[in-house]
Amino acid sequence: MGNVLEVKGIRKSFGPVEALRGVDLTLQSGEVLALVGDNGAGKSTLIKHIAGVYRPDSGEIRLDGRKLDLLSPAAARDLGIETVFQDLALADDLSVGANIFLGREPTRRWLGILPYIDNGLIREETAGLLKRLNSHVPGKAKSVARLSGGQRQAVAIARAIYWKAKVVIMDEPTAALAVMERQNVIKYARELAASGAGVIYIGHNLVEILDVADRIAVMFRGAIVHTTTAGETSQETLIKYMTGYHDKQAGAQRPEQEREKRHV
Amino acid sequence: MKDASPRTLLHNLPVESYVVAFTVVLWLILAVTAPNFLTGDNISNMMRQVSISGIIAIGVLCTIIIAGIDLSVGSVAAFCGVLVAQLLSHGLDVPLAIVLTLAAGILIGALNALSVGKLGIPAFIVTLAGLQVYRGLALLISGGMTVGGLPPGIKEFARGSLFHIPNLFLTLLAVAIIVHYFLSFTRTGRYLYALGSNSEATRRLGIPVFRITLIAYVLCSGLATLAGILLVSRLSVASPSMGNAYELQAIAAVVVGGASLFGGRGTVLGTVAGAILFTTMSNGAVLLDVDPFWEMVLEGLLIALVVYLDNLQKKRLSGV
Ligand SMILES: Nc1ncnc2c1ncn2[C@@H]1O[C@H](COP(=O)(O)OP(=O)(O)O)[C@@H](O)[C@H]1O
Ligand SMILES: [Mg+2]
Repeated sequence: MGNVLEVKGIRKSFGPVEALRGVDLTLQSGEVLALVGDNGAGKSTLIKHIAGVYRPDSGEIRLDGRKLDLLSPAAARDLGIETVFQDLALADDLSVGANIFLGREPTRRWLGILPYIDNGLIREETAGLLKRLNSHVPGKAKSVARLSGGQRQAVAIARAIYWKAKVVIMDEPTAALAVMERQNVIKYARELAASGAGVIYIGHNLVEILDVADRIAVMFRGAIVHTTTAGETSQETLIKYMTGYHDKQAGAQRPEQEREKRHV
Repeated sequence: MKDASPRTLLHNLPVESYVVAFTVVLWLILAVTAPNFLTGDNISNMMRQVSISGIIAIGVLCTIIIAGIDLSVGSVAAFCGVLVAQLLSHGLDVPLAIVLTLAAGILIGALNALSVGKLGIPAFIVTLAGLQVYRGLALLISGGMTVGGLPPGIKEFARGSLFHIPNLFLTLLAVAIIVHYFLSFTRTGRYLYALGSNSEATRRLGIPVFRITLIAYVLCSGLATLAGILLVSRLSVASPSMGNAYELQAIAAVVVGGASLFGGRGTVLGTVAGAILFTTMSNGAVLLDVDPFWEMVLEGLLIALVVYLDNLQKKRLSGV
């Protein structure tokens, strides 16, 4: 499959802070691309550009080869870019189904006039999705407030699967989860990729990253300094790039390429 | 589901069931202890009484669901009541006067929504200011006096009934059914709950958050205006001091009816049940000759208890 997403030369400053200094990135359908980097490296800022939250100062983003001129998260979502945000975007007081369908509720009409939300259809589809994710989420729960962190992830991911997202962004999805639940989230990410989506997975835990990712991109101070396949790298290598240690070691203008050569 | 212990069963009961049960118990007690309670006159009197406070409370419910509040409803009812009376006493047609007054009420709601949604002023502050402003305007346009001399049409509405059910109560029923349909069955209604639950998530999903805010506040002020007009019909005159402290009664009914002051929860059914409960309490207090000061204390304590329980539940949920 070809590139579903192409990011070219994105720059973004917040006042004096240069958060992104020319980022290039490609994402293919059906792959999980992990994005790693120290706190403040610019990962969240980058994915917020893809999700339509920010507009770049310069550079462009292409979805299926077409240039995106995103005005809002809603526009991004309509085009098939779903985000599972760090602080989960679920409405606590709504049910699992209501959350999966939030903003896109199917409606029917009473006597052909009075519109109403088709809760029967929502329940049916929700049950099917949860079964597919094998997630043990109580689909009939009145609200998602009492679900565990992992179950809430499952709801957010079910949303992405149902709406056939082309690109799914998961920003530190396991940050607040118990060990068992992390394993489930990794499974969901793979399930998403298997359903044909391109998945961008931001994480801190390198063991987890090496487990979930097909490819890994390392960010350092607003730029991607290293891209590799998961099979060809190690925690040590990733840490070197994440800390900028490699930079000093090589002392070259374009350290990532030199380093690449030495590794291969 | 699988776990059907009495504890979870209690948790799974809708919140409204408590207030309904409490009200029914109170009715039974009053039926036995107060000989006049179950008379036709008293019941239709209570129906008229609950109609106005119930309509206001349903409006306030909409703002509480989006995690807002409206403290100005009592003053808005008074201002719009005086406004419609002034228009009528200056010879305007009844329908025209009502339409103009409702338009004024909708404008007030839109101003509240703009201040909250666009200027980012907390709803509590905006509507606290409104509580003062619209009371002041009511006094201004009435010159501080009662406005009378109203056409008979407007007075007859509140006295009339259909199949022994007062027109006022039928109005409450109509409002309740329409708003219940809106909140529970339409997409926009669902977005009110989403907004109150997680405003950031709602925005990110591309739901027009300001439009939802606007609808909530306009509904609230619009219903307060309707209640003001009905109050004038009931009293046959408009007084600038009417509707005093109605905002507190309304909030009390909403909260006792199971809504959360943190937003995201609350139903029309619970709100109407809450309004009926408070009407029954004050009615019972009159019939049993309880000191009205004690009645206020009891109502206040009931509100405190319910808000405390709401807080407790919120903590338990976020603690999991
Ligand atoms: N809205 C903002 N305003 C100002 N500075 C910001 C903003 N968002 C991010 N930054 C800055 O941009 C840099 C990158 O942050 P971020 O993208 O959150 O990093 P990461 O997600 O990799 O931890 C940091 O220095 C951060 O302080
Ligand atoms: Mg981040």
